[in-house]
Amino acid sequence: MDSIRKRARELLEKNTVKVVIGYGVGSDNTVRAIFVRRPEGVEELIFDETCVQNLAVYLLKNEIKQIGKLCIIANISALRTILQLASEHQIHEEELLCLSVTPNGELLEFTGFKDIENYISSCNRDLPDKESEMIKKLEKMSVDERWQFWMNHLSRCIKCYACRSACPMCYCTRCQVEYNQPQWITVEATLMGNFEWQITRTMHLAGRCVNCGECARACPEDIPINLLNYKTVLTVKEKYNISAGTNANIDSVMSSFESDDKENFIR
Amino acid sequence: MSDFQPKIVAFVCTWCTYAGADLAGTSRIKYEPNVKIIRFPCTGRIDYMFLIKAFANGADGVIVSGCHPNDCHYVSGNFHARRRWIVFRELVDFLGMDVNRLCFSWVSAAEGAQWAKIVNSFTEEIRQLGPYKAYMELVKKDKNESVF
Repeated sequence: MDSIRKRARELLEKNTVKVVIGYGVGSDNTVRAIFVRRPEGVEELIFDETCVQNLAVYLLKNEIKQIGKLCIIANISALRTILQLASEHQIHEEELLCLSVTPNGELLEFTGFKDIENYISSCNRDLPDKESEMIKKLEKMSVDERWQFWMNHLSRCIKCYACRSACPMCYCTRCQVEYNQPQWITVEATLMGNFEWQITRTMHLAGRCVNCGECARACPEDIPINLLNYKTVLTVKEKYNISAGTNANIDSVMSSFESDDKENFIR
Repeated sequence: MSDFQPKIVAFVCTWCTYAGADLAGTSRIKYEPNVKIIRFPCTGRIDYMFLIKAFANGADGVIVSGCHPNDCHYVSGNFHARRRWIVFRELVDFLGMDVNRLCFSWVSAAEGAQWAKIVNSFTEEIRQLGPYKAYMELVKKDKNESVF
């Protein structure tokens, strides 16, 4: 924690970066994102195992981008997000400096995407155990049981789109749900609209999701929507052997193809 | 249940399957009249939302069909489509939709008989499965809940 504060102070004092995006303490001792712009502000920075939010979501916000060069305190999810965003040509190396801390407390500083790639290749990128087990459990259910499971959950959705706002990969300036000619997805929170929205969200994130789980953490109704994304993460890994957020120069999974993609259902 | 006539929507590409269906017609091959064909420029144009919306509007089964791999008029549209279908099919299965009601096929412009065969067998499968009640309930609820 001290090493992060020290380095952040140096960076801000030397004016190498204009803002440090990091974790601070919010109300009720919760962890929240803070934006440090003055060297004396670094004392508010914290970094420990409770800092799970994927701060990379702020990187593409216009009001953040226009401040100038950014420094981000990144956990593994955020580092993977940065690689994926780089592969989609959304961020550039010179705009960004990443600080991170290894599990044994060593400060890491990444100036280039290549460094991040090397570090990520040695990190655990598996889905969390709890979610993997849940997916296995759901897959074992009958189709009707699965349908019932999702209908029970999705009936609570209030269409607040917190999942979209929290997702660092959902950066379209105009989302499909905002199109009304034709109106693909109902504006109000109806069960079918909620169902269609989740299909749309998941399909648009297929092959891009870095399994940070931010969507489910953001959901005020505790709907396990991250399972849908994790399912596509598994599908993409199994069928195309690609995991998002490992390479800054990779083609988008869903807009590329191999002529011998394997399937067993086309007649 | 034997008098149940399933509604089947077929999303087909104009260059292969549509021409194949046309050949089935000009060759006077008889096949089930349950299928309603919708013509697209390419399978790559067929968005997954079309399939969802077909179910929402009362389809009991959906066929998606286009050119065989390497035969796409636009070179790679069907390859892109295949990538999408693989992920989409796994996803809707995970969500609890009945993937047996989705039929994907390659039918070329020369395969009129093959088209008739696919429509006949798929219609029979859907006839066995019966109407898609689960989805219809969802639609009914949607009409009641909707405030517009």
